[in-house]
Amino acid sequence: MNGRLRNVIVPLFAMLVFLLLWEALVWVNDWPNYKMASPSDLWPAYVRYWELFLVMGWQTLWRTVVGLLLAVIVGIAIGMVMGFSRTMRDALYPLLVGFNAVPKATVVPIVALMFVGAHDFNTVLIAFMISFFPIAVSVSIGLSTLEPEYRDILRSLGASQTTIFWKIALPKTLPEFFGALKVSVTLAFIGTNLMEIVSPHGRGLGALFDSGKTNSDYPLMFAVLIALALLGIVLYYIVVGLEKIFAGWAERTPS
Amino acid sequence: MTALIEIKGVRHAYPTAAGPLPVLDGLELSVEEGGFCAVVGPSGCGKSTLTRLIAGLMRPDEGEVWLHGERVRGPRSTVGMAFQNPVLLEWRSILKNVMLPLEIVPNGLKGEAAKERARHLLSLVGLEGFEDKRPSELSGGMRQRASLCRALVHQPEVLILDEPFGALDAFTREDLWQTMHELKAKEPFTGVLITHDLRESIFLGDQVVVLSGRPARTQYVMNIDRSAPANLEELYTTEAAERLTILRHQIEIAQGRVPEEVAS
Ligand SMILES: Nc1ncnc2c1ncn2[C@@H]1O[C@H](COP(=O)(O)OP(=O)(O)OP(=O)(O)O)[C@@H](O)[C@H]1O
Ligand SMILES: [Mg+2]
Repeated sequence: MNGRLRNVIVPLFAMLVFLLLWEALVWVNDWPNYKMASPSDLWPAYVRYWELFLVMGWQTLWRTVVGLLLAVIVGIAIGMVMGFSRTMRDALYPLLVGFNAVPKATVVPIVALMFVGAHDFNTVLIAFMISFFPIAVSVSIGLSTLEPEYRDILRSLGASQTTIFWKIALPKTLPEFFGALKVSVTLAFIGTNLMEIVSPHGRGLGALFDSGKTNSDYPLMFAVLIALALLGIVLYYIVVGLEKIFAGWAERTPS
Repeated sequence: MTALIEIKGVRHAYPTAAGPLPVLDGLELSVEEGGFCAVVGPSGCGKSTLTRLIAGLMRPDEGEVWLHGERVRGPRSTVGMAFQNPVLLEWRSILKNVMLPLEIVPNGLKGEAAKERARHLLSLVGLEGFEDKRPSELSGGMRQRASLCRALVHQPEVLILDEPFGALDAFTREDLWQTMHELKAKEPFTGVLITHDLRESIFLGDQVVVLSGRPARTQYVMNIDRSAPANLEELYTTEAAERLTILRHQIEIAQGRVPEEVAS
């Protein structure tokens, strides 16, 4: 089988098997809808609410992406500061760890109260807060573990710190950065949904889930879960694609 | 003749948690233009520190470092460096790696001329046909060859080599010694080579400097006449054996295993 086709068919097949097993599990146990909906129950939900799914899906998507972009910018900035200065690393690290350790589920209602009504802002903020940590840490580690010889090669020629950053430090950190971005993209997505579910009159797939809950529309809830999973997969693979483009060199070709 | 590299009474200490660690104390070194100075000394005595001083990457606490009649106060683009770790950039092809210094130094060759220069050097070290390969596709010896090309591409006055062959197997190392001689014949440079291999020091250097244990001072200087073209057979003559005996003895003194009085 040709490689590319195989890369598509194998995961699709796995997904199909998963859906079939799920269907069979519900069928064999004869579970009612409110215990566990089966894939065949989801279809009507999608047909009925497809417009809502598109609108809400878009809401969730753009807020996740904006939150993630913010996390990338701030994360890289913090990572650079910590990567280049020992003092800053010692100073900021405990703060960051503490910040990251606070369960975001507790921050969500606080943020929701702090900026009442600013739903988009709140959602983006939570997506950002939950996802910048891995990026900051990976960039700082990537920069601070740069072997001194790399720096010396350029520094001995009179290169400035900025040149060293662009020519060596940044590209060398990219593999770590993308590793972190893969974690962050999922985290940002979780952040967005947390806020959407918790906020009253929220928007996005999280809000759709919440309305399914209030209306006891169990198939809708499951349908949202699946839609979230799909969106998560898409986002993740976009990052993988970017990684291939910008840090593909780090992948050793098997020889 | 004036010396191209001149180091006078250099003292240096690193600040550490346990107070200053003196690394160099009373270091003297003088290398003539076109000369090649091999520096040997006990492990951790301050050899790499010496290279960083010559490259202008740091300034000594005391004493002077002169390059071409100018006091070294900071990095200068007339220096080329290579280390034990070839530190090639994995995201660049071999050719682009070699061209790196040309992107940094002022008035470096650009465009096609830069490529031509890099290709020429690569062919000198026997890496023709590997220009478009990634560093990970090359063997350790080949990577070190590429790293040498990168150190020479901008035609530096001074080539600083810090144990560049230290991690290679014996055969590859001897190959690279020959390559060094070929390069020297075609690319004029003044060199300082840090090594822990005494055979390497007498085969490549026209001057071998033995440093004492830390804090390092210049303990012994041996001059070697290099009029005849180098040949590996040289290493098996009685003359070479005598030189090695002397140097080995000096190293033992530097390591503190033999008291100095007994030696002299
Ligand atoms: N930046 C630094 N700060 C503190 N101590 C240092 C620093 N760099 C080197 N040293 C110490 O100074 C001493 C000399 O270091 P240097 O690297 O110059 O030795 P070397 O002769 O090159 O050693 P080797 O044979 O291992 O290459 C060592 O004991 C080392 O631990
Ligand atoms: Mg060293």
